[in-house]
Amino acid sequence: MTAPAELDLPAVDDEVVEDRPWVTIVWNDPVNLMSYVTHVLMELFGYPRSHAEKLMMDVHEKGRAVVSNGTREQMEHDVARLHARGLWATLQQD
Amino acid sequence: MRFKRRGGAIRADLEAVEADVLTAVAGDLLELLGEEADADPDPLAAMVGLSDGPVEAPEDPALARLLPDAYGDDDEAATEFRRYTEGDLRAGKRANAGTVLATLAPLTGRGGRLVLDRDEADAWLGCLNDLRLVLGSRLEVTEETELDPRADDPRAHALQVYGWLGWLQESLLSCLDPRP
Repeated sequence: MTAPAELDLPAVDDEVVEDRPWVTIVWNDPVNLMSYVTHVLMELFGYPRSHAEKLMMDVHEKGRAVVSNGTREQMEHDVARLHARGLWATLQQD
Repeated sequence: MRFKRRGGAIRADLEAVEADVLTAVAGDLLELLGEEADADPDPLAAMVGLSDGPVEAPEDPALARLLPDAYGDDDEAATEFRRYTEGDLRAGKRANAGTVLATLAPLTGRGGRLVLDRDEADAWLGCLNDLRLVLGSRLEVTEETELDPRADDPRAHALQVYGWLGWLQESLLSCLDPRP
């Protein structure tokens, strides 16, 4: 016989935590071409060129830019797609 | 060699040495990405977290750059994400490298005209970027790195290949309108 496993429930207040949106961040790196980053942001998110270029310039000059926001699951999906294209991306709660 | 668009096709004329260099570096990339880590043979096990998918970021900095952590400040979440996604990420990058090698195969050793449809061109674009990420990592490239190195620089040849791959990628990009 085996004892039922004890559930290890988190002690945080989930309602408060879940209210905050998640964001996907693209980080600067010295390899990716500026034209390529713009191309990827236009393709993945359907952004017009002007918006994609602004985000790309933020990445280049400020070191990072928030490129999308939404649920954690949506942001994991976005990060996976960005990694598939070789961009350095992470997600976090805003 | 540079990419040009003619109607629906993307094409480029390659010297033998260009085809051979690209074949060599794409082959190296395929090897780096590993022959293993195909889609998990037991999807149910993967779904309930019983699969033995990778949990650690690769130690090789170049491979780690291709397969980065998805969470910058949460190791546990990064580990879980990697367990479920790294196999697909590797498979996608291997597929791109495979397309590059397959389309180059008729040209190795002699050069000639490369003709790509849009899907093949997208695979080339992704693979050229992965190749530059790996070389850039190996060469510890920064935004200040001089891509026209002195002849006595031991990295001269690799830096030239790196610069050439960037130029190729730029020329391919100029042929491709983003398609959401």
